[in-house]
Amino acid sequence: MAVIVDRFKCGYCGACVSVCPTGALELMETWIEVDDSCNNCRICVKICPVGALEVSK
Amino acid sequence: MKDRYDVIVVGAGPGGSMTARTAALEGLDVLLIEKRQQIGDPVRCAEGVNKEYLKEYIKPDPAWISAEVKGSKIYSPDGTLVEMSEELSGAEVGYVLERKVFDRALAREAALAGAEVMIKTRATGLLIEDGFVKGIQAEHMGNQYTIKADIVIGADGVESKVGRWAGIDTTLKPRDMCTCAQYVITDFTIDPDFCEFFLGNKIAPVGYVWVFPKGSNLANVGIGITGHMSGKGKALELLDEFIHKRFPDCRKIELIVGGVPVCGSIDRTVANGLMLVGDAARQSDPVTGGGIFNAMWAGDIAGKVAANAIRRSDVSAESLQEYEKAWRAELGRDLNMSLVVKERFTRMTDDELNTLAHSLEGVDLRSTTLIGLVWALFKANKKLLWDLRSIFSGIKDIESEVKREVYL
Ligand SMILES: Cc1cc2nc3c(=O)[nH]c(=O)nc-3n(C[C@H](O)[C@H](O)[C@H](O)COP(=O)(O)OP(=O)(O)OC[C@H]3O[C@@H](n4cnc5c(N)ncnc54)[C@H](O)[C@@H]3O)c2cc1C
Repeated sequence: MAVIVDRFKCGYCGACVSVCPTGALELMETWIEVDDSCNNCRICVKICPVGALEVSK
Repeated sequence: MKDRYDVIVVGAGPGGSMTARTAALEGLDVLLIEKRQQIGDPVRCAEGVNKEYLKEYIKPDPAWISAEVKGSKIYSPDGTLVEMSEELSGAEVGYVLERKVFDRALAREAALAGAEVMIKTRATGLLIEDGFVKGIQAEHMGNQYTIKADIVIGADGVESKVGRWAGIDTTLKPRDMCTCAQYVITDFTIDPDFCEFFLGNKIAPVGYVWVFPKGSNLANVGIGITGHMSGKGKALELLDEFIHKRFPDCRKIELIVGGVPVCGSIDRTVANGLMLVGDAARQSDPVTGGGIFNAMWAGDIAGKVAANAIRRSDVSAESLQEYEKAWRAELGRDLNMSLVVKERFTRMTDDELNTLAHSLEGVDLRSTTLIGLVWALFKANKKLLWDLRSIFSGIKDIESEVKREVYL
């Protein structure tokens, strides 16, 4: 389980990166990458202004 | 690109470009890197900035000024209007910029001053030896590089990692960040002369909606809500609702999203061989979310301190305290005052906001001073001013008057 990013919605603003407690997210240039340190805390899901993030089943 | 510089600046936003410019003008060998292929784009900003402040650092150029405004209009939840002059409106009101052009102009200034600039180059980590930051790891067009420097400056914006890599925890809690969505719209009913702000917990829970004119029937219409009030995609949803009501016939020509730190000053912005500037240092204003000028101002100081530290051959955290002290003495103080105001406003109901606006009805805020504004508020809202008293400490007239009135 980890956060997944809907690339079609994402505005690559980096807001999620700033709140990620484990540093699992990184804003490359025009996309977000998620590494294995994601602990599914969902903070990023909550703060994403466009709702591009979701926790996968 | 060389393999060694005096200073590497990570991020070519207003903070990074100012840092690089000042450091280069001080005679340092500077590398400014930016991960994007186009500096300034996509925009993450409402583009409002105070003219007088800005002029201290760069000559105004019509190429990057979209509009000049006369002041601001603030609407309380029941629609009561409070109008303020430009002088009273603070660091966010005056010019509405074209940031895509502005950010590029600042990077150009850095380049003209002698800094090397590399785009599409992302810092991926820090080179740390004996507890000192000695350079960066970077990626450019799929290749990895190690570049050394005496000092690394993290001006890498809201998504900053440079601080974290050096052991400075800059992670924002949801309540310490403002999540934003904005459209550039075109509409014939935009007021071209004023920046407008709409308050209310229904419109924007613990936040506000702004309408900043950009000339030619264009405006930035955006919303910022505090992270703990947010939910998946809520910022954009609320913005769509607002626009549907206020500008039903508009056309949206650009979508902008982003986050602004609203945490107030953080504990530490320097380490051995490292300084943080702008949003990376969480230097944006907790109430307004304004951070363009703050980043430039702090960047200028960081550039000077870098030169001083290198001249005295001491880039330790202790030596770089010069930066920490200088920015905290002015900007740090402002951020802390704003934080007090933010904490109080966070708890305000719509009724309270309305009462506040009513108490200002009939006061001519176009000609009043800050003290005048405080007086007006004071008459009707002693409790509020008492809650906010700490921010007036030092302003003698107000301080003594608050005490006298409240103790009576
Ligand atoms: C919706 C919104 C509205 C706003 N409205 C206003 C306003 O009206 N007025 C105002 O004053 N402020 C406003 N702000 C805040 C303002 O935009 C920021 O405070 C300002 O941009 C901060 O400048 P900076 O140089 O610190 O960071 P940024 O402008 O964010 O620049 C950081 C740069 O670093 C780059 N970068 C990041 N990581 C790396 C890396 N690893 N390697 C290389 N490069 C990297 C980024 O790509 C970026 O270009 C707003 C913010 C938002 C989101």
